[in-house]
Formats: sequence, structure tokens, C-alpha cells
Amino acid sequence: MLENFREAFDGIWSHKLRSALTMLGIIIGIASIIAISSTIMGTNEQIKQNLVGAGNNTVEVALYQGDYVLDPTYQQVPEYVRPLTEDILPDITKIKEVQDASLFYRRDAYGMIWYGSEGLNQGSIYGVDEHFLSVSGYVIRCGRSFLPEDFKTFKKVALIDRTVSETLFMGANPINKTIEISSEPYVVVGEFTQNTAFTPTITSINDYFTYTDHSGGKVLIPATTWPTLFAYDQPSSVMVRAGSTDEMTEAGKQTAAVLNGTLTGSGDVTYKSKDLLEQAKKLQELSNATNRQLIWIASISLLVGGIGVMNIMLVSVTERTPEIGLKKALGARKRKISAQFLTEAGVLTCIGGMLGVLVGIGLAYMVSRVSGVPIFISWYIVAATVVFSFVVGLFFGAVPAVQAARLNPIDALRRE
Amino acid sequence: MIIQLDHIEKTYGSGANKVPVLHDVNMQVEEGEYIAIMGPSGSGKSTLMNILGYLDTPTSGTYLFDGQDNARTGDARMARIRNQKIGFVFQSFHLMQRRRAWENVALPLMYGNVRRSERKRRAEEALCQVGLEDRISFYPNQLSGGQCQRVAIARAICTRPKLLLADEPTGALDSKAGQQIMDIFDELHAQGMTIVMITHEHAVAERAKRILYIYDGWLREEERV
Repeated sequence: MLENFREAFDGIWSHKLRSALTMLGIIIGIASIIAISSTIMGTNEQIKQNLVGAGNNTVEVALYQGDYVLDPTYQQVPEYVRPLTEDILPDITKIKEVQDASLFYRRDAYGMIWYGSEGLNQGSIYGVDEHFLSVSGYVIRCGRSFLPEDFKTFKKVALIDRTVSETLFMGANPINKTIEISSEPYVVVGEFTQNTAFTPTITSINDYFTYTDHSGGKVLIPATTWPTLFAYDQPSSVMVRAGSTDEMTEAGKQTAAVLNGTLTGSGDVTYKSKDLLEQAKKLQELSNATNRQLIWIASISLLVGGIGVMNIMLVSVTERTPEIGLKKALGARKRKISAQFLTEAGVLTCIGGMLGVLVGIGLAYMVSRVSGVPIFISWYIVAATVVFSFVVGLFFGAVPAVQAARLNPIDALRRE
Repeated sequence: MIIQLDHIEKTYGSGANKVPVLHDVNMQVEEGEYIAIMGPSGSGKSTLMNILGYLDTPTSGTYLFDGQDNARTGDARMARIRNQKIGFVFQSFHLMQRRRAWENVALPLMYGNVRRSERKRRAEEALCQVGLEDRISFYPNQLSGGQCQRVAIARAICTRPKLLLADEPTGALDSKAGQQIMDIFDELHAQGMTIVMITHEHAVAERAKRILYIYDGWLREEERV
């Protein structure tokens, strides 16, 4: 076996130019596959990140009427929807994919929040529990967070995000200013923001509409003060944090199932998860479909490369006829002879494959530089293509190898 | 008796293109004999050699080698016999240029699945036997023609074969180098090796203890005194 490899490298090395030219087809084929797949996966990764955000892995499960979130300000909540209590949380955190969960109320904030004459005409108001900030991946930018007493003593305090801060205070410090929420005075105690500075990569107007946050600001108040503003029996939504980005879909679905279990009847209002990952997948499929055709085209060049390898191996068999004859005379069996040529073809294409990977990665970087599309190199694909190129070698080396093994030693020795 | 040929016929081609090469060849070789086969080119001596060396199969007749009739055995079996029981020496050496002397010698051992360390030891031993102990790691292109042929002989004997077949072993050498090769053959013969050699040089054939002549596929024996 070792000897086979040694002979293979010898054979390749002793005809450097020829081997290089033979490999070229394989190199081009593998390089295009690597470059295309890296770009595809980069785009997919970007779509996923843009939609899902970087690493918060939070999924929101809310009441939906059909395809839209039910807002109790405008819509009737059906009888069979029971208000949720903290007791449901252990059932949710029991789900394998769920790390943490938090209950919250939410309403459209239109025309409800004022600071002097400045009002919010979009955005939402949230009634939250103590876990909400950590589950959602929010951190306090300035001021303070909610304290346990705020909840216990029904303190009218609020946290706002940057958008709200800019709309109401026009850049002035919002801390300790009193705002009006539904005519009730609330003191702004802090400003919060996402814990990971994440801005979606926007390369087109479509991206802008797909990825940018149009929610228009968030105002958080302690859930305990919610009933003084709104109804007591408003249904809650649940924010869950999944263990990983890929578990988001499952975490959302399982949570929705648990919540739907509390419904005492059925209708078109049910709990659903706002599944960004699923949305991402749909977008990815769109981009995959076109790129998959490119992979096929690249595979054709690999096929052509393989035929080139076969051609050269046939020449090599003819060239080495006396050597094959000698080996057979000395007792080498057919299997040994064919193994030698198969190894040589395999090693040749394998080296071609590795060079192709390098060229492909280089190409992908270039494409990324020029077009701004990110790339994602999957080592799984790199390994697979190298193995595949080896298999191409074995496949196209088979005919020459069999031909070499079939040579009659007498004829082979006679030909000098 | 190591070789016994009975009524061996060999014909190439078929139908109208049939070309008979060997006619009713009968021949016996005792263990330890040193035989030369002479004949003009085209007389069938190479064909006879190929049949003796299991490189070819006779069309009819029986070939008993080492007590066994393997004349029409399978390819793998023939490869095994060639590897273990027969040593070949060719006119044009047939050395692999990219292998050192000892690696060339060890080649048949590799096909015989001898362990790596053992291969090198036995190759060196064989090279000592042909007087090349100081050329063990040389490449063929660093050796003279005579030395190359000695490497080839070492390769033929390192498997300790029953039979050494030499096809014009001195054909490509000058007379001095040829002499040396013949001396080695004499020495191997003295050690008990059975040798069958093809040649068309009388001076070379004279060294053998028995000379067979082949003309147009007919074998005739001429006993030497």
C-alpha cells in the first residue's frame, strides 16, 4: 500500500507539467464548487443573521388571529383564551430547547405615550416581568433597570429604547423625566438596548424592508402596573430564549403547543411563534435554487477533468508497459498492478482537489471583496469535495487500471 | 526432475493464420543442472523460455514443474509460481530507474509479502552474492551495464527460486562484463542452482553443462562431453 503511494507520487513528480495540466480540470471543477458553495452558504448565513439577529436566539410566542398578531386594543379576545399566569413558566422551561422564558403584555402604543407635546405615533408598550430583559437579551444603556420593589410596590416607572428616547426627548437625557402613558405619569428610569450590537447587512432596498426593525420603539413598564392602564384579563405573550439559533424553531413550536394547551376552545385565534428562522429558510431556498444550477455546471467541468485524468492514465499505461511486464514477470498479481494505477489516478485527483479547494477559497474571497457578499467556508464541504475528487480519480482511473492489469507480460516485456 | 516437458506444442493465431512455433518438444531438466538453449532468432527459443517461466501456456502437451502439472493454471497461480519458484534474468536488465539497487532486488519479495525489514536484509544478501556489496544504494544509472545485470541476477535469486531462467543475459554486455556474469552463473551452479539459459553465443553456451538446440520449433539435444 505504502509502495503504491510512493510509486504514485513518483509517477506524478516525474511528469510535473503533464500532471499539472491533467489536474487543471479537477482544480477548476473543485475550485468553482468551493467558490459557489462558500458564496451560497455565506449568503444564507447572512440572511439568517439578518433576520434572527446575532446570537440572542429569542423567539416570541403570541396570540395570532390568522397570520397577524392579535392586538387587544383593536381586536376582541375570544372567550376560550384564558389569561396566562406565572404558573405556566415551569412547563415552558421544561422544554429541552428552551433556556429561559418570560411572560409579557403588549399593545400598540399609538397615541398613548406623551412627553409634553411630543407623542409616539408608532411603537409598542410592554408590560414585563423581572426576567424579560435578560430573556430578550436587553441591557441597560444608561440609568437603572427595574428593581424587585418596582414590581412589588406597583411603581410607575418605565424603560425606553433609543427610538423612543429620540422621538420624545430629541436627544436630551430621558432619565427621571416623567412621561404620560394613557394619562398616567410614569418616570423613565433607564434606557435599554440590545446586548449585541447587531446591524443587519443591507445591500439592497429589498434587504432594507426585510431586515430593518420597523417596530418604532419600545416602552417597558412593570407588568404589575399593567392592569391600572388596561384590562385585568389581557392575554400575555411569551418570550423564550433557545439554546442555539438552530433550536429556535423547535423552541417556538413547543412553547406554542404548551400555550395552546391552555385554550378552552378552538377558533382562528391561537398561539404561534414568530419564527424568524423559518422565514430565513424560505429566503435561503430562493437564493439556493439559482445557485444550485451553478453547482451542476461546475460538476461538468469536474467530469471533463475526470476524462482528462483517464486519458493521461491510458497514456501512462502504454508508456510503462515494459515496467508492468517486468512486475508481472516477477510475480505481481493483476490486483497489484491495477491498485497501483488506481492509486496514482486517485492521488492525482486528490492533489488536484486540494489545490482546487485553495483556489476556490481564494476565488470566494475575491468574489466577496468585489460584490460584498459574505462567504462561509464549510470544512464539511471542503472535506467532501476532496474525497469526491479522489473518487473521481478512482472512477476514471478504473479503465486504465484494468487495461494495465490485463497486459500480457510477454508482450509487455518485448516492447522496449 | 525439476522440469519435464512432454509433447509440448505451441501455436499462435487461429484458423488460416495459425502459426506453429513449437513442435512436439520433449525435455527434461534435473535439479541442479546448467543448460543452455541455442537457436537462431525466430526458432521458438523465447517461446519455450516463456512456457518454462510460466509467462505463457502451451497449446498442448504437459509441463511438469517441480513435480506439479500447472501448465494451464490460473493467472494468479502462475504469478505465484513466477514469484516464488522462478528467477528471471533478461537481456536488457529491466531495472526500475527510480529505485535503488536494493529496492530493485527487493521487488519480487514485496510481491511475495515478505516483511519490510526482511526484504532489505535479503536484498543486501543477494547483492553481496553477486559482488555488489558496495553498490547497495546506487541507482541503476550510476551503475555499469555489467553491474546492472548483476543487480538483475540478485533480484532473480533473492527469492531463492528453484529455477533460474536467463534470456540472453550477456547480449547487451561487452565481453569482459559478460565473462563476469558467466562467472556468477558458474558459481550459482556450483551452489546447486538449476539454470536454463538462452543464448546464441557459442562461447557463452560452452559454459553450460548441456546444450540444447532449437530449429524452427524442433528441439534437438547435443550432449557435451
